[in-house]
This record gives sequence, structure tokens and C-alpha cells, in this order.
Amino acid sequence: MNLTFTEEEEAFREEVRAWIQAAMPEEMREKANGEGHFTPEDSAEWHRILYEKGWVAPHWPKELGGTGWDAARRFIFSEEMEMAGAPQLSTFGLSMVGPLIINHGTDAQKKRFLPKILSAEEFWCQGYSEPSSGSDLASLRTTAEDAGDHFIVNGQKTWTSYAQFADWIFCLVRTDPSVKKQAGITFLLIDLKSPGVEVKPMLTLGHTPAFCDTFFDNVKVPKENVVGGINNGWTMAKALLGHERTLLAMIGPSRHTLVKLKKIAATRLVNGRPMLEDPVWRAKIARLEMRFRAHLMVSYRALAEQQKGRMPGPESSILKLVGTKLIQEITELCMEVMGENSLTWYNHNVVPAVEESIGPYFCYERAATIYGGSNEIQRNVIAKMILQLPSS
Amino acid sequence: MDFELDQDQQMLAKTVADFAKNESPVERFRKLRDDDVGYEPAAWKHMGELGWLGVPFPESVGGFGGGFIECAVVLEKLATTLVPEPYLASVVLGGLTLLRAGNDAQHGAYLAPMIEGDTTLALAYSEPQSRHDVTALETTASPDAMGYRLSGKKVWVLNGHNADHLIVSAKAPGGVTLFVVPRDAKGLTVRVAKTIDGHKAAFVELEDVIVTEDARLGEEGSGAAVLDRTLDYAAAAAVAEAVGITTTMLDMTIDYLGTREQFGAKIGSFQALQHRAVDMYAEVELLRSISMASMVRADQDDDTARRGDVSAAKYQLATGGIWVAQQSLQLHGGIGATDEHDIGLYFKRMYALNALFGDEEHHVARFANDPSFVEAST
Repeated sequence: MNLTFTEEEEAFREEVRAWIQAAMPEEMREKANGEGHFTPEDSAEWHRILYEKGWVAPHWPKELGGTGWDAARRFIFSEEMEMAGAPQLSTFGLSMVGPLIINHGTDAQKKRFLPKILSAEEFWCQGYSEPSSGSDLASLRTTAEDAGDHFIVNGQKTWTSYAQFADWIFCLVRTDPSVKKQAGITFLLIDLKSPGVEVKPMLTLGHTPAFCDTFFDNVKVPKENVVGGINNGWTMAKALLGHERTLLAMIGPSRHTLVKLKKIAATRLVNGRPMLEDPVWRAKIARLEMRFRAHLMVSYRALAEQQKGRMPGPESSILKLVGTKLIQEITELCMEVMGENSLTWYNHNVVPAVEESIGPYFCYERAATIYGGSNEIQRNVIAKMILQLPSS
Repeated sequence: MDFELDQDQQMLAKTVADFAKNESPVERFRKLRDDDVGYEPAAWKHMGELGWLGVPFPESVGGFGGGFIECAVVLEKLATTLVPEPYLASVVLGGLTLLRAGNDAQHGAYLAPMIEGDTTLALAYSEPQSRHDVTALETTASPDAMGYRLSGKKVWVLNGHNADHLIVSAKAPGGVTLFVVPRDAKGLTVRVAKTIDGHKAAFVELEDVIVTEDARLGEEGSGAAVLDRTLDYAAAAAVAEAVGITTTMLDMTIDYLGTREQFGAKIGSFQALQHRAVDMYAEVELLRSISMASMVRADQDDDTARRGDVSAAKYQLATGGIWVAQQSLQLHGGIGATDEHDIGLYFKRMYALNALFGDEEHHVARFANDPSFVEAST
């Protein structure tokens, strides 16, 4: 048992850290250290900078544009990106549909889609949920009718985050209504510029322009855009979901926000001294930080398994459950420490820059326990798959 | 980064787990609860022969040259059936204190026979007023023509009722100092006290107990630093035990949910109980994960790193671990609240582990008061 990184890995960390500091444009660095409101444009710019360096998709195979780093180096890289407060890259192409195409796509699909995901020429969004299909995703009703060499798609997708900035959407559509609901679903790639597609943005609780509704009215989609075979979409969705769970451990955001929390508590006063020196407030922060340590160790265990070329153990199933709850508790304590300053809503120079983003971020993260399979659905799945409790 | 036990450690884990399961099922602990000693010297000797009592000690003192990880492995597996032998009290509290504080002669005299399984040790560090502060002592060590004269009271000395030698902390002119005192020393009286978890401890009174200079471990004033390290070992040991206990409690609860029927269905098919079980699983895995960090760190001299992970682990025992114990009992329903069912025995052991070696508030405060806690904000 050994819980430290090797000397080579630590040297790699130094290299990454120095590069990030040098590569991040001045304005972006100021945002990262201050209010941290990155726009989708900031994210795209950072994406292109990483692409130039060849570091945009460390988890892809080297021959398709990856870096060839092992699991530990990939982990260190993402830790450093998070600690620097760099803009998060859009995950839908790089971490979701990209890897799916790599594993299940045709050669033509790989050639057509992967280079443009890497270069940020094309952005992606996700078309899973529908107004009547949330947790019960398999009940989805968007249809793709067979019309020879293409499908005709009709229906509505919701929570298609960042669709207004995206070029493509990957969708689950119903291709066979006559079979068991999971068996008649297909994973389909749709060009958002196709005639009949309409995107309607919707603000999140944090007033960020993340959410969208996307409507399909007789949209023509070529059959070559099916990934993994017709009526095999549920298997594709499950392959993606397993991936999403580790993405949603919230290690980076939690660590980053804990640092912010202490920064805020160091500058605000209670009984005439900084809150960070007050035993009651200190203890509140310490409890979350200790919980974070335990959570971090669970994710390190998953990492160590990957480092050995194995699948993470069953304990990795709790990462989303624990991590999303934790980031909510951390942002909530930020709000509490800020006191009346937590009233601020998209002002400039009204409260310290580090506090300005907290309210919207706190509001936004309320979605964390809902998206990616709500935490209640996660519990259903763990009860069945891991604890093997009887079904009703 | 590697969380796997090496081959020898895996072998050790398996041997101890098999022993617990086959040779010391919970029934054995139940029988020994009412015994004056509470465990069997023959079983202790057996553990010595198997080498378990020597795992964290260097070969030079008769040990096996392992580290604290091996100790934690043994403790976790012994806990799965509540094996009553005083491993934590004698090997961790007594043994690791002696190892760090004693000289060669003292190692030979007190540590070697314990490693063989011929004797047991106890650490008398706690006093009625001291709570978790090892320096808040009223026991004194006054210099005397013979060496020192020890006077004072010690409470809840684990295995103090039966140990061959007690390590006693006392205030000498030079500060907190540790002494080895035979249990049958003149002026030393032991009162046995039963504990909530079915074990026994001692209230020890020292009235002008005379010890020679040979009985002093290290220099005068060196005791506090040694005890500080020992209590980190002990807290990490409690956490390792708690991993064994909560894992067993979760398994028992999941078994029960899968067999007990009400309303014409297995109660484990009810969503409210499924979700509770999943949250229990999450807390057990958090405890197991941070326990791995604390057992590795316990051997390290870097105070900030060691204390940080040990405190975080003990905090998880106190919060998530205790919650798992409570829910395990709750989900067993009425039978869980009886002495007949084993779940309650594990439950009570968790509360004992929670109260020992720094409770929740102690470790929160220690974590929050480490200099690194504030540095991280700058």
C-alpha cells in the first residue's frame, strides 16, 4: 500500500502546473482567481489552447489524439487544471460521445467526428431526457421513423444543456415501439443545423444559460449516424452512464470551492476577528474538509485500479452520490459564511470578487444531485446491482 | 499510488479472518463476556505463535519487521467476530509505546515476552479529569532514593485488570514521563470495571509505588510526545476495527433485508430500506477508504499529514460509522434490540471505539487547529 505519487509523477505535476500558468491568458487567470464566471466562449478558447498543446483529450487513445498518459498522469493533469481554476471544457464531445464513438463507432464516424471534437470546430450536446421521461428514461417518445436510407425524427428533448452553442446533438430515439421499451431505442447523432430542429434556451437556477429544450419536427437524419446499431441504444446509454458517474465525483469543484470557502472566511469578521480563527466556524469548515478527504480516498482507490488496467471496484458507484451532496454542502457553507453578502446576484464590485460567483454557483449546483441519474435513481441502481437486494 | 495489500499482508488477512470465523465465532466472545478476565491466555499464546503479536515490531526485538498496516489488517479481521483478546490494548497501546520509548533492555524485558504471547501489556494514560489531553495529569512521579515514587489515579485502563505490566504516565520534575510498573507492584491497586461493549478495563490507584530508574522509559519529559504518537496509532487502530465491524454489520443487515418478510414481501424490496442500505454502504466505503490513508500515515513522522488523515478517519468513524451502527440495529427491528441477536454486540463495540482515543469534537478541533488548515487559504 502506498498513497503517494512517484517522483516522476510529481515532476510531471510541476510541468503541468507551470504550463497552465504560462498558457492561461491574463484575463482568464484573473477570472479564475476571482469571480470565476466563465462564458462558453472562455471555455472554447481554453479548449483551443489545450488542443494546440495536444492536451485536450488525455483519456483518448494516442493514435486518435490522446496524450498517451497513464491513469495517474491523467488524474494529476485534471487535478492541476481544477486547482488552477481553469474553465471546464465542454464534456459532451470530449468525455461522452467522443469515447463512445471511439469504442462503438464506425471508421467513417471516427474520421468524420473525432478530429472536429478535438479541434473545437464542433461542439456537442446531449439529447436524453424528455418532458415525460426523466428518471424513467427508457419511456422516451421521440421517434425516428425508417424512411429508407434515413430516419425522420419527431419529438422533444429537454435539459439539452448548451444546445444553443452546440453543432451536434447525440440522442436516444425510439425506432421500434412494438418491443419492450429498452429494446426499441437507438443512439443517433443529429446535426443541429438540420431543417426542423429548434433550440429554446432556458436559464438555470443560477441564471447561467445552460439548459435548453430542443424540438424535432420531421428532421431528416441519415442512417449512417446510428452508433452501435439500430435498437441497441440502451446498451450505448448504459456504457455512457458508467463513465458519467466518475465524472460526477466533483473532486475538483469541491477542492477548489473549499479553498474559496477558507479565503472568504479569512476576510470576513465575527466578534471582531476573522471567521477562520473562530472555533465554531473553523469546525464547520473542518468537518466538510474531513469528509472531502474520505471521499477523495474513494476516488483514489478507483484511480489506482485504473492505473493497474482494471475496472474501478464497486465502491466507485458511490462517488456521484457522495460527491454531489458534498459540493452542495460546501457551497451552502460558503453562503452561510458570506452572511448578507450572499444576497449578491451578478453585481460588479459590490462584494469581493471571490464572493461574487458563490450565489449563482450555489444555485446551479442544486442540479448536481438531479442530473446524471438523480441520486435516488443511483440508490436504486446500487441497491440492485451492488447490494443485490431483492426487487419488488 | 496503490491501495492493495502486498502478498504477505493478504495472506495475513486471510489467516486472521479464517481464525475469527472458524475458531472464534461471536459465540466465544459471548461466553467470555462473563469471565473474570474476558479472554483466554491460551488463545493469546496461540496468536503469539502465529506471529500476529509481533507484526509491527522490528526483528531486533523479536518482531516480524512489518508496519502499522499489518496491525490494522489483524485488527480489522479480528473485529469481524469480536475476538476478545486484547490486541489493541497490548500490541498497539502497550507495545508501540514501549517500542518508541524504551531502550534495548526494556524491549527485551517487556516487549519480547508479549510478542511471544506469554504476557500482556496495558497503557495507563487516562485520568478522571484528562479527557483526551495526555498532559493533563495529576499522577506524580517524585524522585526518591530508589528511583521514583508514583502516586495518582488512572481510569479505564484497557486490559489493566489482567496485564502483566502497565505503562503509567506521570508528571516527573522534567515533565510527562512514562514508567513500566508490574501489576503486582506494592501500592498499586486495580479495580475491575465492565465496559459497555462486554470487555473489561481497570481503575488503577497508585499509592507511593516505588520504581527504579530502569522502569523509566526514555528521559524525563519525553512521555507526551510518545503518547501523542501512540494515540494516533490507537485512533487508526480503532478505525481499522470499525471497518471490520461496520462491514460485518452491513452484511448482516443486507442478509436480514433479503430474508425477513412482511406485507408478503422481502423487506429488502422496499425502496425506503433499499435507499437506507445504499447510504450505509456509502458510509462504510468512505470509512474503509480513509482508514487506508490513516493506517499508512500512522507510521509517518510528518505531523500534519499523519494527524490530518488519522483525525479525518476517526471523524468518519464517529459520524458515518456510528450512523451505520444505528441503522443496522434499526433495520433489524425488534430482534436488533435484544441481547440475543449479535447485531447489538457490534453496535456497542462501535460506541466504545467512538469514545476512545479522541471523540468527534476532539478530532474536529485538532484538524481545524493544525497550522496547515489556515495556510491552505492563502
